Amino acid sequence: MSILIDKNTKLIVQGIGKAGWFHAKQSIDYGTQVVGGVSPGKGGTFMEEDKYKVPVFNTVKDAVEKTGANATVIFVPPPFAADAILEAAFAGVKLLVAITEGIPVNDMIAVKAELKRRAADCLLIGPNCPGVVTIGECRIGIQPGSIGKRGVIGVLSRSGTLTYEAVDQVTRVGLGATTCVGIGGDPIHGADFIEILKRFKDDPETKGIIMIGEIGGSEEEAAAEWIQKNLKKPVVSFIAGATAPEGRRMGHAGAIVSGGKGTAKAKMEALRKAGVSVVDNPSNLGQMMKKVLENR
Amino acid sequence: MKIHEYQAKALLKNFSLPISKGTSLTDLKDVESAYKAAGTPVVAVKAQIHAGGRGKGGGVKIAKSLDEAQKYASQILGMNLVTHQTGPKGQKVRTLYIEAGTAIAKEMYLAVLLDRETSQLVIIAAGEGGMEIEELAHKSPEKIVRKQIDPLLGFRSFDGRLLGYALGLKETVHAELTTICQNLIRAYLALDASLVEINPLVLTADNHLVCLDAKMTIDDNGLYRHPEIEKLRDLYEEDALEMEAAKFGLNYVSLDGTVGCMVNGAGLAMATMDVIKLAGAEPANFLDVGGGATKEAVTEAFKIILKDTKVKAILVNIFGGIMKCDIIAAGILEAVKTTKLSLPLVVRLQGTRAPEGLKLLSESGLPIQTAETIGDAADKVVKAAGK
Repeated sequence: MSILIDKNTKLIVQGIGKAGWFHAKQSIDYGTQVVGGVSPGKGGTFMEEDKYKVPVFNTVKDAVEKTGANATVIFVPPPFAADAILEAAFAGVKLLVAITEGIPVNDMIAVKAELKRRAADCLLIGPNCPGVVTIGECRIGIQPGSIGKRGVIGVLSRSGTLTYEAVDQVTRVGLGATTCVGIGGDPIHGADFIEILKRFKDDPETKGIIMIGEIGGSEEEAAAEWIQKNLKKPVVSFIAGATAPEGRRMGHAGAIVSGGKGTAKAKMEALRKAGVSVVDNPSNLGQMMKKVLENR
Repeated sequence: MKIHEYQAKALLKNFSLPISKGTSLTDLKDVESAYKAAGTPVVAVKAQIHAGGRGKGGGVKIAKSLDEAQKYASQILGMNLVTHQTGPKGQKVRTLYIEAGTAIAKEMYLAVLLDRETSQLVIIAAGEGGMEIEELAHKSPEKIVRKQIDPLLGFRSFDGRLLGYALGLKETVHAELTTICQNLIRAYLALDASLVEINPLVLTADNHLVCLDAKMTIDDNGLYRHPEIEKLRDLYEEDALEMEAAKFGLNYVSLDGTVGCMVNGAGLAMATMDVIKLAGAEPANFLDVGGGATKEAVTEAFKIILKDTKVKAILVNIFGGIMKCDIIAAGILEAVKTTKLSLPLVVRLQGTRAPEGLKLLSESGLPIQTAETIGDAADKVVKAAGK
């Protein structure tokens, strides 16, 4: 088993332009069922190149009706991305993965409120995230498919390349990964750590979890509280940004310490208190996971 | 993006917020006309820099006559204003704001900002203004009032009454307070702000509310739909290297250390800074060349790092995914040649085709040290920077 996605997932690509098409092809190579693209005005045509051929639809509604898609990946540019998320949600797609970076925060306030009100059963991952990969089965987003082997560790993270680090390391120490979820680096995003942790908790194949946080907000603290109360599986964690100066946005829109809140130190303390093994150096994520699993 | 008080007030006036008459100026010869335009014998002479704590640093004075206004204006304009937010270097005052005086009965704090936990806006208010809200939050958190704003319902009259009582205001100003809150939220949303802070909001001696100060930050992601706000950017307040990096799509934040770093991905870039510190040195910058780093981005990044004269050694940390490490390595070699790099360089490559990339670097004959893990790379670069 795995979480969120597997080989039966039927994916559509919203915004099947240069980046969208590039990653659609990578996903097809990975074994993902990419059943369609959405690009208003290009409905009825096909995206075609070498062995790849994907039908394009004008609307998400069309795409869902004709293909039975149950997941979407959104590459739509920032001015139109909030709209694309809602279009997919109201067309009945249950898993929305928004890759787009740079969506105005106020647009996301409205999106979150609308999803909560009218599409509570649909799960948004991102925006500003690398996507979701269930190793060996399905790839949604922009994560490199080449780095991980299937195994027993669930990975969740607010950062892209640190996710790849973790997957690479658990593969090197011989554990391998189940599903890797990048939840995104924006201040407002869909699924938070807890929503993904819940799913890893219920997945029998996942034996341990690597959770990578960073400065800003208080999601790591909330996750720590949840872990302490609900999770028996071991969690290894790294929090990026211990040296980041206050009041500066560090690449991700959500990675900012303000008013003394959202520091790496506070997050690490909360996680340690909850029994999570926190490493200071992200190079040690894989080794620590191995050690923790062996000592159980 | 931050803007100045006078700019924020001009924007907020369009949303019917109660703001006193004021004029900004950059030349002392304009003090007299600004004083007259204020229309009150007492005026406030205020330094316009982005950092907070201007009053304590001597950047805000109350003048009781034109003579005094001129005296204070000449003291403040051009001064190097040091506040707890500017750091010890301070910030040169290039613009003044002269504003009509207000007879103050009570100072309060009012702000609209994003509550990340609920993904909603929140109004934060306190019956004591003027001081830093963080300080108040620390000393007497019970004095801070919070009100979540449901995007569908907005801020209602009863919210205003609850807030009014909580701030100790008489019923006669509750309607005014409600309108101010509603208009602040309207401005926040319409201008794509990420913070609107009125500190202090004052109750005047004749029982009205006035926004005495205004601080606004605009969401960088929303700037594309506000070209008029983009024009308000004060380049003197921005770091020149950061602005240049932004032109090439690089995320760069200048810091005080000696180890320059170039990394792909924001999380990994922060992590690299942290590991440099663990190894015993300080990072000179945060630099994210993007998750899918390209050859061009790498070359531009080198150029930016090298413009920082504090840098004594450089660490490149790339996790190759879609973009393969051997291609990145070729980019690094080219950048080293183009920039005639003479500083010690440590490169850590991991991920897709990392061994091939590292081999390219070590066979190049250039003085590049390679590393497999971040920890190893940090140890090497810190040692090199210490020489």
